[in-house]
Amino acid sequence: MRIPILHILPASALPAGAPPAVRALTWLIGALALAVAPQVLYLPVWVSALAFAAGGWRLLAARRAWPLPGKWTRVVLAFAGLSGVYLQFGTVLGRDAGTALLVVMTALKLLEAKTRRECVLLLFLGYFLIIATFLYVQSIAAALYLFAAVLALTGALIHLNKAADASSARASLRLAGVMLVQAMPFMLALFVLFPRVSGSLWGMEQSARGARSGLSEEMTPGAFSALAQSQDVAFRAAFSGPLPAPRERYWRGPVFWHTDGRTWSPGHGAATPPALQASGAALSYSITLEPHQKTWLFALDLPANIPPDATLSGDFQLRANAPVERRIRYEMRSYPNYQTGAPSAAELRRALQLPSDANPRTRALATSWRMELAELNDDAKLVQHALAYFNQQPFFYTLTPPLLGVAAGDHPVDEFLFDTRRGFCEHYSAAFATLMRAAGVPARVVTGYQGGELNPIGGYLTVRQSDAHAWTEVWLAGRGWVRVDPTGAVAPQRIERGVAAALDAAVAGDADFAVQNGLWRRAWLQARFRWDAVNYRWGQWVLGYNAARQRQLLSQFGLDALVERGAAALGLALVALLAVLFAAFSLQLLRNRPAHDAALKLYRRFCAKLARRGVVRAPHEGPMDFAARAAAALPQCEQEIIFISRLYCTLRYAAHQPAHAYAQLNNRVNEFKL
Amino acid sequence: MGWLLTRRAPRRRIKGQGARTRPVALGRPRIFILPTRAGMLFALVLLTMLLGSINYHNSLGFALTFLLAGLGFLSILHTHRNLARLEFSAAKTVPVFAGDDARFNVLVKNPEARARYALSLQIAGLTPISLTELAGHDTRTVTLAQPAPRRGMLAMQRLTASTRFPLGLFCAWSHLHLDAHCLVYPAPHGARPLALSAAPDAGNHAHGAGEDDFAGLRAYRPGDTPARIHWKSIARGQDVLTKEFSGAAPDILWLDWEMLHDLDAEQRLSQLCRHVLDAAAANLHYGLRLPGLRIEPASGDAHRHACLRALALFNENPTQRR
Repeated sequence: MRIPILHILPASALPAGAPPAVRALTWLIGALALAVAPQVLYLPVWVSALAFAAGGWRLLAARRAWPLPGKWTRVVLAFAGLSGVYLQFGTVLGRDAGTALLVVMTALKLLEAKTRRECVLLLFLGYFLIIATFLYVQSIAAALYLFAAVLALTGALIHLNKAADASSARASLRLAGVMLVQAMPFMLALFVLFPRVSGSLWGMEQSARGARSGLSEEMTPGAFSALAQSQDVAFRAAFSGPLPAPRERYWRGPVFWHTDGRTWSPGHGAATPPALQASGAALSYSITLEPHQKTWLFALDLPANIPPDATLSGDFQLRANAPVERRIRYEMRSYPNYQTGAPSAAELRRALQLPSDANPRTRALATSWRMELAELNDDAKLVQHALAYFNQQPFFYTLTPPLLGVAAGDHPVDEFLFDTRRGFCEHYSAAFATLMRAAGVPARVVTGYQGGELNPIGGYLTVRQSDAHAWTEVWLAGRGWVRVDPTGAVAPQRIERGVAAALDAAVAGDADFAVQNGLWRRAWLQARFRWDAVNYRWGQWVLGYNAARQRQLLSQFGLDALVERGAAALGLALVALLAVLFAAFSLQLLRNRPAHDAALKLYRRFCAKLARRGVVRAPHEGPMDFAARAAAALPQCEQEIIFISRLYCTLRYAAHQPAHAYAQLNNRVNEFKL
Repeated sequence: MGWLLTRRAPRRRIKGQGARTRPVALGRPRIFILPTRAGMLFALVLLTMLLGSINYHNSLGFALTFLLAGLGFLSILHTHRNLARLEFSAAKTVPVFAGDDARFNVLVKNPEARARYALSLQIAGLTPISLTELAGHDTRTVTLAQPAPRRGMLAMQRLTASTRFPLGLFCAWSHLHLDAHCLVYPAPHGARPLALSAAPDAGNHAHGAGEDDFAGLRAYRPGDTPARIHWKSIARGQDVLTKEFSGAAPDILWLDWEMLHDLDAEQRLSQLCRHVLDAAAANLHYGLRLPGLRIEPASGDAHRHACLRALALFNENPTQRR
């Protein structure tokens, strides 16, 4: 491939066509292994095996000077790899198949890499592998690890650009580190200022969005030790009147009735909603729901109308008739103050269902409360008692609670209530509902979203997946279903100001606990809570830094207009860059004739100039013979004639061609005067 | 005469391509820098990564893309710094015969503490020579060969110092015109026997090859010419001995331009060159006569060089020839 501009670059004594030093190659393979290692979790086993086998083999081949596979072997391997990926995924595009294909092709490229140029290409593929890994995992740990991989790749690139016998690898690594640190401000500035756009340039398959919806079909507290904090938008709500207060922003989603002591699931709900006696004004708003592939629609407690193509179930759950696969918008009315009618006997029975053999300690606690408060015979008092229990006992709000009930026969609610006492909304709502049912109060778990962030420019609420929440409803005689949020008893900040505030409060507010448990335990918990908060901020400000957040941040500095204009400029710049690249490559394709033919043309021009002075090249004369004769005939030009002829011979016949030689010949022939 | 790739360099004229007479801005020699093929590929890779990050709303993807973009941008400075402020100067050259390669020794001095890597030095159109590593405050010599097709004073062609270190994404280079010359003797050839060149009218013993009456051996004294060392005795393991010859003062041989009147000028010079070499090898006492020039008979290396130099520069403008 010849690119015109490259002809004016001087030749390097370390040509791209030369083989890489063994040490540089070793380092390259090591850096690639670092880059691909996290992918092992997501790749098909055979792809990982192929990648590491190829790396190991290439390393041995370099050390023992084995011959590399021939052309046909490579063609067969490439075809096999491509078919393998296709058979595995049914496609070669998209995130998973694309990544697998990238790994396969990198491995095969490694097998045939003979020259420094190919090694450079491999390192660029390594950078690509890292960015592909970011499509799967974006935690702080992953970011740090992959930064180390970038360091190794860059170090390998530097080492590759030193000669074979150059100084220590450590110096290259240090320089890579220095350069990466120097590049940091550049990265930060671009990260903050580069215009972000919402929406995709091309389709994004579901897997790449990740099954990161904050909600699921059922709920098993303690099954995961960390909650995925996705900053993806769930929906946006624009109100025509005043906004509801933060503590009233309960967006109702799936309701869970049935529990086996561990997992909560919907069970069979009543088909028609009971009567709703609303008091006070209704809130009118419209919801723009992002596609989530489920039928759930969300509305504030409690919805009073049914959007088109949707139904309202007996527990006030809105469901679309078909999964939401595109962004939809619907108008809603809700009554924040309400009273539900009397439920049927069957409904009350379902709201008291509890497996008889699970969580005995919880049941005992509930029974003791019931006994204590027997004379009152007031369910509302019992609810208050339970909330006070959560509030006064050392319960902590955290997004990274310990696992619960790992073994069969364990009692996860018991473990949570009496042992670990650390968890988030799922833990508290499940435990509370279990306690209520055990005490004979009908209860159910409601999931959905709680909160929402006001967009000061758009005036709407943005609800993110990380706002997912679970709370409970209890049935009280005379009042109907009443919302009770036990998480609020533990971490009121969660309800008022969101998850981040709750995590901060958890860091600050465990002094009492420390008195009981000693310094070390306190320090450990502190660190854990801090980490929790850091992780959340990471999700909020790094991973979730999007068009809206950018506008919000920059408007604080009065820079938002810049980004508005920047977006247009960026679009133009991208188009221009693509156009230039396309032009360069197409031009270069047109000009891509073998260099020696071009050289022959130049040489003919040179001969024509000589012929005008009467020195005609005979058909049988080789260039050097002719040069000798021409030089003898025109001694004043001898040096030039010999030089041009030699250069021409180099271009046409030498195995190793200096990159600039053609341009040189071009100049010399053009300047040649007699 | 050195070239300083530094801003503090004195005012100079750089004769670059197509810029032979234009003076360069004060004290600022030109270091050119352009992306290499790898650099263009890198830009393409970054563009693809950027599009992917935009599409997948991947913040860490953005971060990596911008980090690498910063890295690529910084590599311009690092590549420039790897070349800047180096000092180049030419050392003495050894004369060669036409048709051989002249060898120019270029001294590369690193005036700073940081090491430089992967420098290339190239005489226009010839194979570049690598200078793998130049430690801080170190000076290294790089020998560059340049064909010397004809006799005369050969000037070193334009020298290009370049580097692609550290990332290979950019190439920085500077053109240097070092004031280095190599004396090129005529190519020694021609079949005329030495004897025929004797000039009978010169009043000398043209035929007297002289000094061939062996007289005996004496102990070696420093300064004796190697041609008179009695090598056989050394081979036998004895002390170093020098052959002594008896007879009158050595005969004088004149190598004369006029004697070769049937040849053309260059052929005469080549033939005379051959004769000088033969006469010197035979340790003869010889003189050289060229039109307008006369070198009195003598022997020894200095004399030989004087004669060859006269042949090399005969009718030549002894200054520049490019």
